[in-house]
Amino acid sequence: MTIVARERAAVSPPVEEGAERKRSVLDVGWQFVRRQPLGTFGLVIVLIMFTTGCLADWIAPFDPEENDFSAMMQAPSWVHLLGTDQMGRDIFSRLVFGARTALIVGFTAALVGGFLGLVLGVASAYFGGWFDLVFQRVLDVLMAFPLIILALAVVAVFGTGVINVIIAITIPLFPRCGRIVRASALAVREIPYVDAARALGFSHARIVLRHMMPNVLAPFLILLSAFVGQAILAEASLSYLGLGVQEPVPAWGLMLQGGAEEYATTAPWIAVFPGLAIMLTVLGISLFGDALRDALDPKLRTR
Amino acid sequence: MNGVPPQPPLLEVRGLAMHFPVSEGVLFSRRIGAVKAVDGVDFSIERGETLGLVGESGCGKTTTGRCILRLEKPTAGEVLFDGRDIGRMEREELTALRRRMQVIFQDPYSSLNPRMKVGDIIAEPIKVHSVQPNARRRRERVRELLAVCGLDPKFADRYPHEMSGGQRQRVGIARALALDPEFIVCDEAVSALDVSIQAQVVNLLEDLRGRFGLTYLFIAHDLSVVRHLCQRVAVMYLGRIVEMAASDELFDNPLHPYTQALLSAVPVPDPRIEARREFRPPKGEVPSPINPPSGCVFHPRCPIAVESCQDRRPALRELRPGHWVACSEVSCHPEPQARDLSMNAKDPSLRSG
Repeated sequence: MTIVARERAAVSPPVEEGAERKRSVLDVGWQFVRRQPLGTFGLVIVLIMFTTGCLADWIAPFDPEENDFSAMMQAPSWVHLLGTDQMGRDIFSRLVFGARTALIVGFTAALVGGFLGLVLGVASAYFGGWFDLVFQRVLDVLMAFPLIILALAVVAVFGTGVINVIIAITIPLFPRCGRIVRASALAVREIPYVDAARALGFSHARIVLRHMMPNVLAPFLILLSAFVGQAILAEASLSYLGLGVQEPVPAWGLMLQGGAEEYATTAPWIAVFPGLAIMLTVLGISLFGDALRDALDPKLRTR
Repeated sequence: MNGVPPQPPLLEVRGLAMHFPVSEGVLFSRRIGAVKAVDGVDFSIERGETLGLVGESGCGKTTTGRCILRLEKPTAGEVLFDGRDIGRMEREELTALRRRMQVIFQDPYSSLNPRMKVGDIIAEPIKVHSVQPNARRRRERVRELLAVCGLDPKFADRYPHEMSGGQRQRVGIARALALDPEFIVCDEAVSALDVSIQAQVVNLLEDLRGRFGLTYLFIAHDLSVVRHLCQRVAVMYLGRIVEMAASDELFDNPLHPYTQALLSAVPVPDPRIEARREFRPPKGEVPSPINPPSGCVFHPRCPIAVESCQDRRPALRELRPGHWVACSEVSCHPEPQARDLSMNAKDPSLRSG
């Protein structure tokens, strides 16, 4: 391009809409499927779980909490697809409703913990100084405990139940998010548009929420997908240890606990199917999260 | 500028210093020194005037600009805007000040939020400061500002990454103008643009100055741009102003040895002249601002330094009317070669800094 042409382009630029190649959602989706077969597999599992959890009332053939003492510990059959447990409850139905519990606990804990970490992490980077120092030391303390240990401690204080389990998983999750978000936000903070916002006299809240937060969303979204998997696993672990969701609410960890200890040899299906459900779900979410990271990273994206 | 009775200058900087602490140790950090980015700077800018602030990278010119904008809290000194010390302003007063004082940044790629549309970027300050609560009128104002800055109003619906560097810099200028400021700090506002675009943006800045009665502090390292745009120029070296004079006076008749070296470093566009030109760069490197030389900071590299330069920090002296030099050795001696003294009378409004 000659200098004259470039000048002209700068002064009176023709706004061409058609020239820009806009990729439709379908194109992007198809490309994801082609490039990330494992991620697609993960996505399918996540979608299946989502539908199952949402439509549990219609999918489950039996009431998950109803005991049927005439059909205890039955092996899988056409009536009870995955068999029954020691109380005669249909395992398939409990798995289906367990998906709902896992979804509620997993997503709520991951979302609440994630957003808490996002806002506090960005604020920590933005304000700096003593606020940053104190906040980061608090995170250090929280992160010194393994996730499940801290969750156990919180449950020990607040007691069991779905809401308390969500709180117990949120507390160890948010510092992990806060730390990573802070690191990205520190880089964003040095970019001149943040200075520009300050020079324009915007409030701190506006700068943090409108100018910095949207620019750390990419790492945050990937983190969030990992968190859902971790939260579901933590919920299952807590329930397995008897400190999570309480009987008779169907939860995978709880089913595993009831089945694995006493009936591992006599009625293996009681423990095997919830175990498989946990494994597949966490695997699916991890695979999808990894694929999402690769797909969102412009450096790995060709073309 | 034309015969108005003397008013206080729009901006006055007195003894401004910004020392960034350098600390050591992780748990119990202690201060082991300070980077003296700005170390005692005085100048003032009249209404409608453009003051150029030049110097090589790291000399503290950007930090000076940031202190004036109060993006940085200076270690010492005061910045008076319209007679009021901005360092002592409370939150509300400072917010009001933000409307009168704006900034244009160097890098057009990073000074715009990539997640916001151009229209929203320009409209946001208008909305936040409740200048125009009506959303439709605000959109009109955005279109008007885009047009003023030489952009098609259709750009309002675009994202910054869909535009070229020059176009983005115009968006930055439109954003700075959105609040109708009186004073704009142009921090290397054209340095990141290629030459043809640079000229356009400089012309735009000049045009806006006349149109809206703006006052600029133009921070730059490109001397030819500064000469073109500024009425007065201050030269900085290692956090201090070494020379300040009317633009033509400074370029035609530099008195401080550092300014002379700086001006002689500008290449001549004609390769034949350039090949024959005599160029003596100052010996050595720029000393570290953590531990600047005693006395006159330029003395280790100065061709005319004498022993006393090591101990005494030279104050700015008015050697010729409106021409201030911080050097105890030079007098008016290097007689003006090209022009004579009559040029001093060129701009009667120039005052002491």
